[in-house]
Amino acid sequence: MFQNIGEILVLLWQTLQALPKTVRQRRKVFDQFFEIGIASLLMACILSLFIGGVIALQTGPVLAERGLSTYIGGLVGLSMCKELAPVMMAILIAGRIGSAMSAEIGSMRVYEEIDALRTMNIQPVDYLVLPRLVAIGCALPMLVVFSILVGWLGGALVSSTNQKIGVPFQAYFSNLREMVEPGDVFNGLIKSFVFAVVIGIVSCHQGLQTIGGPRGIGRSVTKAVVNSIVLILILDYFLTRVLLYLEI
Amino acid sequence: MSGQAFSSVGVRVQVRGLRKVFDGQDVLKGIDLAVEAGEIFVIMGPSGSGKTILLKHIIGLESPDEGEILIDGEAIQSESVREKCRMAMVFQSGALLSSQTVGENVGLYLSEHRLKPRREIDRIVAEKLELVGLKGLESRYPAELSGGMKKRVAIARALAMEPQLILYDEPTSELDPLMAVTVAEEILKLKQRMQVTSIVVSHDRDLAFGIADRIAIIHQGRIIAKGTPAAIRASSDTMIQRFLTAEFTNNSRNK
Ligand SMILES: Nc1ncnc2c1ncn2[C@@H]1O[C@H](COP(=O)(O)OP(=O)(O)O)[C@@H](O)[C@H]1O
Ligand SMILES: [Mg+2]
Repeated sequence: MFQNIGEILVLLWQTLQALPKTVRQRRKVFDQFFEIGIASLLMACILSLFIGGVIALQTGPVLAERGLSTYIGGLVGLSMCKELAPVMMAILIAGRIGSAMSAEIGSMRVYEEIDALRTMNIQPVDYLVLPRLVAIGCALPMLVVFSILVGWLGGALVSSTNQKIGVPFQAYFSNLREMVEPGDVFNGLIKSFVFAVVIGIVSCHQGLQTIGGPRGIGRSVTKAVVNSIVLILILDYFLTRVLLYLEI
Repeated sequence: MSGQAFSSVGVRVQVRGLRKVFDGQDVLKGIDLAVEAGEIFVIMGPSGSGKTILLKHIIGLESPDEGEILIDGEAIQSESVREKCRMAMVFQSGALLSSQTVGENVGLYLSEHRLKPRREIDRIVAEKLELVGLKGLESRYPAELSGGMKKRVAIARALAMEPQLILYDEPTSELDPLMAVTVAEEILKLKQRMQVTSIVVSHDRDLAFGIADRIAIIHQGRIIAKGTPAAIRASSDTMIQRFLTAEFTNNSRNK
């Protein structure tokens, strides 16, 4: 996997250079954007509701035993926006959208569609990679905003209904407002943007590298998803360190 | 056809000492070819002899391990060649974009490079589709077409580029005899109207001897004969005669 990182960075650089052409490709950017949104919004909300809920469920009773249950709102609020929403949404999108990107581009590669594009002097980077990268770069942070809000709600529902925790809605959200600052949400959005770029570029690269028929496409999809997730989890640690250092 | 002002003139193609190795296997073993501007050059040969790979080198999709390809004297790899001359290839499989309609496929080059206004592109697309006998199929998707129809859409897509050099990889292999004649006529017409240079890879002897200015026969990555159709037919080389007649018996068995 790691021998590809050089190639991936080259592809990223080429895509960044093509950024001014985004306007020309706007129709494809919108298409991709809505595809990501429609494919994932409902799933993202359900997932986030349960993630927020389970954190409250795990930590609530422990806090309550020590008389700290008023902090449950802040705890769920912070873990959701700084860590769980960006990472879980990135993994979800790697599975749903990264796989689709590598499969689509991979099949275009295998069935000579990309060769055909090149004979028409249409660059695969401009035509295929750029719109996907821009779309996912916009869509994932927006999805994360939804995820954060729904996750908070999930935490509140569990905190107020679970008898061992017993923190009502109002107390939960007033503690959350006290502890979570706009910078914390911003922190999560930065992470999710980086993850989006990782998913987009890794999946497109893997798609372009596909060789050898339907089995090759299958292999590409697996590699794209696994490599994206591994990179996301590794990068998450280092990004967290950088963001802590910058005190955002 | 309508009175478009065609100014394109075919380009000269030179292939010099082209060698290509795939996984230790010599696929092209030193190919030398010179195709004159406005010529129809037909390449014949058994499958697996390297015809498709040769075409992909000529249009710059593959890079040679040795040797060079010159378009009007300039190396195909250089950026300026692609800016200066329009080259199109009709792939053996058609290679249509499966996520786009037939109309979008045919108009792709014009719309992606913003060469013509929308309405003009629609008109050209309709015209080229009519030419290959697929009038009114603009909104279909490639998956809804038969193999022969895909091939014809691919030909329409190449024609819409108004290329100066056009490469056909077995253009008639999936067509019925009538459509094959139409395609042959179209290749000839392009040459007469615009002096387009055409390189045609084909097994179809009728097509080859009907349209070719010159024919080359490729066998196991080498050109074993080159010349006018008459010269090739009259060749005393047993290898060539065997190849031509062997193809002929195969064809007659299939029919
Ligand atoms: N991408 C590739 N990798 C490895 N071998 C290839 C590749 N493309 C073609 N070949 C080999 O090159 C030879 C010639 O192929 P091709 O040009 O497609 O033949 P044809 O004359 O039938 O069009 C074949 O033996 C094929 O196995
Ligand atoms: Mg072939």
